[in-house]
Amino acid sequence: MNLSEKPTHSLILKINGTDTILKIKPWTSLLDGLREYAGLSGTKKGCDHGQCGACTVLVDGKRINSCLTLAVMHDGHEITTIEGLGTLENLHPLQAAFVEHDAFQCGYCTPGQICSAVGLMNEGKVKTEDDLREMMSGNLCRCGAYSNIFDAVKEVINHKTGVLL
Amino acid sequence: MMSDFSFQRAKTPKEAVILLGLHKDNKVIGGGTNLLDMMKEGMTDSHEIIDINRMGLNKIIRNEDGGFLIGASVTNTDLAYHKEIEKHYPLLSKAILKGASPQIRNMATTAGNMLQRTRCYYFYDTATPCNKRNPGSGCPAKTGVNHIHAILGASESCIAVHPSDMCVALAALDAKVHIQGAKAEKIIPFVAFHKLPGNTPHLDNILAHDEIITGVELPANGFAKHHAYVKARERNSYAFALASAAVGYELNDNLLGDVRIALGGVAHKPWRNTEAEIFLKGKLPTKDNFRKAAEIILEGARGYGQNDFKIELAKRVVVRALEMAINNEVQL
Ligand SMILES: Cc1cc2nc3c(=O)[nH]c(=O)nc-3n(C[C@H](O)[C@H](O)[C@H](O)COP(=O)(O)OP(=O)(O)OC[C@H]3O[C@@H](n4cnc5c(N)ncnc54)[C@H](O)[C@@H]3O)c2cc1C
Ligand code: SF4
Ligand code: FES
Ligand code: FES
Repeated sequence: MNLSEKPTHSLILKINGTDTILKIKPWTSLLDGLREYAGLSGTKKGCDHGQCGACTVLVDGKRINSCLTLAVMHDGHEITTIEGLGTLENLHPLQAAFVEHDAFQCGYCTPGQICSAVGLMNEGKVKTEDDLREMMSGNLCRCGAYSNIFDAVKEVINHKTGVLL
Repeated sequence: MMSDFSFQRAKTPKEAVILLGLHKDNKVIGGGTNLLDMMKEGMTDSHEIIDINRMGLNKIIRNEDGGFLIGASVTNTDLAYHKEIEKHYPLLSKAILKGASPQIRNMATTAGNMLQRTRCYYFYDTATPCNKRNPGSGCPAKTGVNHIHAILGASESCIAVHPSDMCVALAALDAKVHIQGAKAEKIIPFVAFHKLPGNTPHLDNILAHDEIITGVELPANGFAKHHAYVKARERNSYAFALASAAVGYELNDNLLGDVRIALGGVAHKPWRNTEAEIFLKGKLPTKDNFRKAAEIILEGARGYGQNDFKIELAKRVVVRALEMAINNEVQL
């Protein structure tokens, strides 16, 4: 499909703890790199323009929108996707809380919501319920499961940090 | 689909500038949150993308005069939550945190934020004319969908606004911009960086193609005692400003000293009006005086139909911010 003369880049991303070599063209977004080249389709493409948060992953522990960054810019970085957070037998606390609180309908926004909530907890800035709503506002949910998403994240924050929102 | 470009990483600002000069479509990339968005829309061509994120410009340094130098690559998140910035320049922290989303703030850089393009719908829609995207083609916004557009400083050729929140605070704080050019470095006042559209709306600012921003300098006075950032928007989070105000002042014996008022979302650049600031100097911090200052700022404002409401909105945002600054109230 691609007739470009532009050189292919070979880069190493530490994806979910494993060094992964990607051979890609420079214009491949990190999102496309993960989904199409690393075979990790858990991260979702919603808008592809930074407006929905479905593509949220963690780079060196910080949440970003993987659709608005180039994979080549992340050579040597540590990437965590939804696939890296838990296993079927041993769910990440946020995954378990999402199940328990029924924090989804179609589930399309869920990987992004969960990765975003992990990033939010790493940041440690949320002190009130309003903070939590504000700090999760980069993740839209087309099904409107917001109140249950809020409950799930709140429960895990309270459990982990003992800070009662 | 993004255009066909090559990629390389610059090691120093000088190298970045040389690489830029090699081709008219070479571009540097910060966080990529605006550049890649525009490339996906087919609005801008790139020959080579130059990554400037690993040149060591990701630091915040204290200057001898008590001010700070913010490196061009410092992310919006790192800047907003930096302990010294929170303490000395809370106006800047608050303005940044009112913008975009946590994910985008983690990516967006200081320089990239300054250089983000307008959110005018026609600008992004390559099927429509637009003087900013395609000089000479016309400005459909003037008689079209313009509720987000400018009420101050617009021209016949463009009525777009600069969308940044961070820049409104930097304008109020009288920051300075550090620029690396092909031959030399220069420092210019922040308020002189962005341009009004005039008859060259394709130029948002004074940066030449082969120049890059290396940092932003903050003067020592951050107006930490009395400041506020108020942003009015269509939803309470993750939306651009319809009108915003960054204010800071000194208050001695209940009289206003030095006053700074900058507006966002109303013009092609963060809007300062020193006449209104001077008017308030030496006066009591009353609603009446604040309203008079707002009237001075919005004198000569002009709506284009759908955005007429912004004239009154902007006045109220200014008054609200000035009132909140008395006790450093925070907008929820
Ligand atoms: C959904 C969404 C919502 C948003 N909401 C808000 C909001 O509410 N408020 C707000 O203020 N912003 C908002 N933004 C905009 C966001 O803040 C900007 O996209 C961001 O600040 C741009 O920074 P960047 O580093 O990603 O820039 P990039 O996209 O990397 O670069 C932007 C431009 O600057 C150039 N450039 C970058 N660095 C330099 C340099 N050092 N020297 C010279 N040129 C350089 C690039 O070549 C490019 O032309 C939003 C964005 C999105 C996608
Ligand atoms: S307002 Fe400016 S950016 Fe928008 S259509 Fe008119 S010329 Fe283009
Ligand atoms: S797919 Fe990246 S923000 Fe929507
Ligand atoms: S669960 Fe369907 S989009 Fe959120």
